[in-house]
Amino acid sequence: MAEMWINMGPQHPMTHGLWNLKVKVDGETVVDAEPEVGYLHRGVEKICEDRTYPQIIPIADRLCYGSSLTWSHLYCMTVEDLMDLKVPPRAEHIRVVAIEMQRIASHLMWLAAYAVDLGMMAGFLYAMRDREIFIDLLQALSGSRITYNYPRIGGVAHDLPPNFQRDALRACDYMDKKLKEYEDLYDGSTVFLMRNQGVGILRREDAMNLGVTGPTMRGSGIAYDLRKDHPYSVYPDMDFEVASHPDCDCYARYRVRMVEMRESARIIRQALAKMPQGKWRTIAPRTAPEGTGIGRVEDPRGEGMMYVVGDGTDKPYRLKIRSPIFVSVSAAPKMLIGYKVADVVAIMGTLDMCIGETDR
Amino acid sequence: MNLFEFCYGLMHWLVDILNNIWYWLGDFLPWKFGDFFIAIGDLAKAHGTIAVAAILLEVLIIFIIALVSVLNFIWLDRKFMGRIFDFYGPYYVGYRIGGWLQNLADGMKLFVKEVITPSKADKAGFLLAPVVFVASSVLALSTIPLSPDFGVAVNRAGDFVPAGALFAFAAFAIAPFSILVAGWSSNNKYTIIGGMRSAAQMMSYEIPLLLTVASVCLMAGSFSFVDIVAAQSNIWFAIPLALGFIVFLVCIVAEVEIQPFDLPEAEAELVEGWTTEYSGMRFGLFMMTSYLRSYVAGALVTALFLGGWHGFDFIPGPIWFLIKAYIVFIVLTWMRWSLPRIRVDQILQFGWTRLMPLAMLNLLIAAAFKTLGWF
Repeated sequence: MAEMWINMGPQHPMTHGLWNLKVKVDGETVVDAEPEVGYLHRGVEKICEDRTYPQIIPIADRLCYGSSLTWSHLYCMTVEDLMDLKVPPRAEHIRVVAIEMQRIASHLMWLAAYAVDLGMMAGFLYAMRDREIFIDLLQALSGSRITYNYPRIGGVAHDLPPNFQRDALRACDYMDKKLKEYEDLYDGSTVFLMRNQGVGILRREDAMNLGVTGPTMRGSGIAYDLRKDHPYSVYPDMDFEVASHPDCDCYARYRVRMVEMRESARIIRQALAKMPQGKWRTIAPRTAPEGTGIGRVEDPRGEGMMYVVGDGTDKPYRLKIRSPIFVSVSAAPKMLIGYKVADVVAIMGTLDMCIGETDR
Repeated sequence: MNLFEFCYGLMHWLVDILNNIWYWLGDFLPWKFGDFFIAIGDLAKAHGTIAVAAILLEVLIIFIIALVSVLNFIWLDRKFMGRIFDFYGPYYVGYRIGGWLQNLADGMKLFVKEVITPSKADKAGFLLAPVVFVASSVLALSTIPLSPDFGVAVNRAGDFVPAGALFAFAAFAIAPFSILVAGWSSNNKYTIIGGMRSAAQMMSYEIPLLLTVASVCLMAGSFSFVDIVAAQSNIWFAIPLALGFIVFLVCIVAEVEIQPFDLPEAEAELVEGWTTEYSGMRFGLFMMTSYLRSYVAGALVTALFLGGWHGFDFIPGPIWFLIKAYIVFIVLTWMRWSLPRIRVDQILQFGWTRLMPLAMLNLLIAAAFKTLGWF
């Protein structure tokens, strides 16, 4: 068959969100690929220049529907850096619990979407069902399900609700049990392994050179995690492993995320055990001084970074957002070329695309 | 009394009544024109005409049974899927009969939707593909008897189509052609890839499938379904030919194109595969026929390996047959909802390097059994 370009997107079941992957195929084999993002560009960075500092927190939430809490947390961290604020230890611990729950919820959503990408409907519904437990906990914590608007500059909005520690520990135990079930369902299926092993190889050097971060990079055998290598919040006190896998393929990225969920549950347990009493919020000044602030977090999808420039007023002069997926998706052609059309779905599925933060 | 005799009698009675009216009308006409009337009436009364009408009636009856089965199947599929996925499945529409009416509601919805033909489509192919798809599936279905007395027989003695098994598989294998036509004529890149995949997939499963059928026919010594089932009166072929049974089950899943072998309509990568451009009831026909094909698959597995209508005496044969076909369908559903989709090069490799040698081995086993005189 002659070579032809196929548009996978903007409306296509493979694209979780609104983006376009142009694929040049020769029969079933991919010979060229060209990702095209920007359909969801909302000008978040520009909008932020016209809002006061606290008003930006909900906007930062809207950056990613999969893990909104990490982005508002990142924003608050950045502004705290700009304002030189000290966050109370209780608030830091609550934040760590919340963002690790968000990480589990985000990875479960990825697992669900990935199962559908491979045509396994059972995995989708199981993962979505278990995500609901963490969503419920976050709802108890913050009052909403997707966009939490929970962190504040200098702390968090509320203290822990009653019985939260008990419920969170139960959820962690449940999660450990369910992870075993997922491993039976996914790793136990030969078809799943056939579809994943040796597919979408991103070599170690390529991953470094292309600036890929997060589980995708750790799946290429580089144990780089900001929580360990550039610790923020109270992560230095936590005892956890950085998941990495040397295989560089889709299966490696899948394994990394599964291990990360287990480690997140561990971190939640430790943070709850070490939770100090005291204030959960300090009052932040309305205006920020002239200067710059920078924040980096390990988003579920990679390294998220924000850079804020204050000009002495109550609005930022400039807010720059570094999206992990925007970088990862540029590495797509490297991973896609040479594989089959069906593998496109698997490979792009393991990147865990979130268009909100990519297009900003 | 078999189904043919019943239909023949019914048609005979009907033709008699109509003929009386016809001749009575003819009496009013002057000249020699009445003779022409009488000639037509005699033609209708002839044995051949009534036999053909009786066969059509038989097909209609089998088709109605199949359609009701399809409604049941869709309901069973959704209920069983719901149980696998930890939810209830259809529930509210037809609350007292377990949500059974949900299928009819969905069918009505499809029925009132607009039927769109893409402007750049190849009209003839686009219209012909659903017809071929449905017709070939019904043709395959009509050759499978539910019991020696209940099936589309061709004469009063109750004989079925000679070499029924061959005919059924020949008719069953037409569908990939119509899928290819549908994919090509839709003038869409996804559909053409889907159609091509269907053709490629057919290469991989059709030969092992027919080899296992050959082993069954060898054991039974006949191509006729009645003889094949009669040969299983002592022991089902699924037990001596366990290997062939598994190979056949895998191949038949690939034949009816449900997961894990639903490559032609892999919805994650090809939107909706070869049915992407079809809308409304044309799509509904495809969907319904795919369930019909699942039923045919269940019926074929039942007839060839699971002893057909043999069972305990207190339940009539056709009911046994349907029970077995339903159970096979549920097993297919189980596979369908818990396995990921396989890749196109993998199914080709799998078909040629795994299924094919196993099917050959199975044929050798069948030949050995036959030579030893055990069957």
